[in-house]
Amino acid sequence: MGAIVIDLEKCNGCTMCSRACPYQAIEMADKKARWIEDRCTLCGACLESCKFDALFGEMPVPEVPDFSDRRGVWVFVEQHDGEFHRSAFELLGCARGLADELGQEVVAAVLGNDLKEKASRLIHHGADRCILVDDPSLAYYQTCTHTHALSELVKQHRPNILLIAATHLGRDMAPRLARRLGLGLTADCTRLTIDPDERILLQTRPAFGGNIMATIVSRFSRPQTATVRPGIMTPLPADSSRTGEVSVAQVDMAACREFTRVLECVLPEEKGVDLASAKIIVAGGRPVCSDRGVSVLREFADAVGGEMACTRVVVEEGFLPATRQVGQTGQSVRPAVYFACGISGAVQHKAGMDGSRYVVAINKDPDAPIFEIADFAIVGDLFEILPALTRAMRER
Amino acid sequence: MNIVVLVKQVPNTTDVKIDPKTGNLIREGVASIINPEDRHGLEAGLQIREKLGGTVTVISMGPPQAMETVCECLAMGADRGILLSDRAFAGADTWATSTALGMAVRKLGEFDLILAGRQAIDGDTAQIGPQVAEFLRIAQLTYVRRLDAQEGKVIAERALEDGCEHIEAPTPVLVTVLGALNKPRHPTVEGILAATSERSPVEVWNAADIGVKVQDVGLAGSLTHVVRTFTPKGARDTRRLEGSATVIAAELLEALRQKEIRLGE
Ligand SMILES: Cc1cc2nc3c(=O)[nH]c(=O)nc-3n(C[C@H](O)[C@H](O)[C@H](O)COP(=O)(O)OP(=O)(O)OC[C@H]3O[C@@H](n4cnc5c(N)ncnc54)[C@H](O)[C@@H]3O)c2cc1C
Ligand SMILES: Nc1ncnc2c1ncn2[C@@H]1O[C@H](COP(=O)(O)O)[C@@H](O)[C@H]1O
Repeated sequence: MGAIVIDLEKCNGCTMCSRACPYQAIEMADKKARWIEDRCTLCGACLESCKFDALFGEMPVPEVPDFSDRRGVWVFVEQHDGEFHRSAFELLGCARGLADELGQEVVAAVLGNDLKEKASRLIHHGADRCILVDDPSLAYYQTCTHTHALSELVKQHRPNILLIAATHLGRDMAPRLARRLGLGLTADCTRLTIDPDERILLQTRPAFGGNIMATIVSRFSRPQTATVRPGIMTPLPADSSRTGEVSVAQVDMAACREFTRVLECVLPEEKGVDLASAKIIVAGGRPVCSDRGVSVLREFADAVGGEMACTRVVVEEGFLPATRQVGQTGQSVRPAVYFACGISGAVQHKAGMDGSRYVVAINKDPDAPIFEIADFAIVGDLFEILPALTRAMRER
Repeated sequence: MNIVVLVKQVPNTTDVKIDPKTGNLIREGVASIINPEDRHGLEAGLQIREKLGGTVTVISMGPPQAMETVCECLAMGADRGILLSDRAFAGADTWATSTALGMAVRKLGEFDLILAGRQAIDGDTAQIGPQVAEFLRIAQLTYVRRLDAQEGKVIAERALEDGCEHIEAPTPVLVTVLGALNKPRHPTVEGILAATSERSPVEVWNAADIGVKVQDVGLAGSLTHVVRTFTPKGARDTRRLEGSATVIAAELLEALRQKEIRLGE
């Protein structure tokens, strides 16, 4: 804790400091300044105001604690109905790279019921070790139960890094966990690397709707915790020769209070499209907002064996369902080829597709921003280009 | 019901442009707005008050300019507005922001329901809601698109990536809302006059008012720090394809074949 010290010899009772203090934390008493600790926020305004060098601040300097004993790159494994979510494999792929760089191990943390049998898959995809909390109360996600189980695990094992997918579940739990454990938390990261000098996690994420990227660090807390956008990191291919320990941790689940009661879970009858793992994506923008537009797009998508996708405009106009929207508020995709047809290339759209290996852009406007990230630029009318491409595919 | 609504003033990110020379964000001329989802939070609060009685208090943390946002909320129908404004709050990450907001809610005293937007469009973190709930040790419901409040409990429909869940929580509870929840009302002219009048029920609280030390809020109280910002740019060599549609089609398919992209399989 800091303090303001007043040198009563030098103080001549001019009241400048008392007036400069935004918090009424300096009073005048017996023609001298007096510091009122309870009100002081240590903002330092008084120090600057004193012309007689009568005030000194003993301000706290944030000290970076020594965290050299914190080890391990942890991945929180999201599961639904006992099936691991694909984001878990993406995070394991990312964690593997970070752990190798640091010379530490990758640990998969699983909360669920009866999942021990399945844990070897996590090892095959990059984990060195798997720690489970096995309890019937963890079968279905509820905020406080999951937060309790994971925070107890973290307290027991003291990891260095913790990655959580930025899914609805992850974004519900991670901030709660971070607040409980006193952790810095960076949301929705798209790139994670290790700083070569400081050996800390550099967490890069889009801000202002993707207009700028920010790299963020957590120097003052461990584990360094981030949520990671699904669909961005690359999973490792399964290697069934990998082995590792699978252990069940003891966590006192009775110690946790769950507030909520799930009345019902409604899943759509038809499974959504899986754009995130599509290899070829044919995406349309505003000009496909017509029955003819959608059919031109669909014919080409069928001819190349791709999934249809679109910008937000197309969803808002009701021509394709929200599950096919790519971008900041839609899906992140990483196909081998992304055909952007009649898409201007707004930052919010690019945020979801600029990880594509190749981008083909078709747009009437030669200055459309989408061309800045295109490998192949076609300035032209999609109603001519797409049918020609469809024909050429069929003729092959 | 005593309802607290958390609202943030944000730059309208659709207007935000990058200076091509410096790579900096051009903020001049960018309008400040109420974070879109927060308007839906306020609307939900007003509807619940109309049904069950009680009060709606909005809290916003921001620079003095954010008073506009607080007044706009009063003009929509909130009973009381509190602006947390202090140099010491500047530069806060979500840890430090949730400390300040949580302390302010505590100072207000008894409450049943806190409403917040799911996320703010400038930071998109979606962290403040859950962090304030944890700070206060109360239940949280996020991604809510339907909400029914009764005495002592709320029942909500939470959006999942696919589908949704219906979930019940006892009050006090914090709810973060999606735009699909409702259609926010417009501020009224009388409301605007009242909100900006002498007797307007708005207060400005500083760090000492909510009982926090400077080192626990703002940049100093933050656990994360930005070390670098940059503009994303695609490092791609663009190849332009020209000619008739048929020529372009043939060239593109050949080029992709050479890159070992298999189409139509
Ligand atoms: C908070 C926020 C989140 C958002 N999230 C997303 C998101 O997740 N995903 C998303 O996509 N958007 C999102 N948006 C919207 C985004 O800002 C753009 O408005 C949107 O991406 C534009 O879609 P578009 O390119 O289809 O339409 P437009 O910008 O209208 O562009 C249409 C393009 O088609 C070209 N064109 C017209 N006719 C033809 C033709 N016959 N042949 C060839 N080219 C033609 C035009 O030259 C133009 O470039 C978001 C916006 C906000 C504010
Ligand atoms: N400075 C702030 N003042 C008041 N409410 C805020 C503030 N920052 C965030 N919030 C609330 O928290 C929600 C989520 O914000 P964020 O976590 O920043 O994406 C917003 O929609 C607001 O309801």
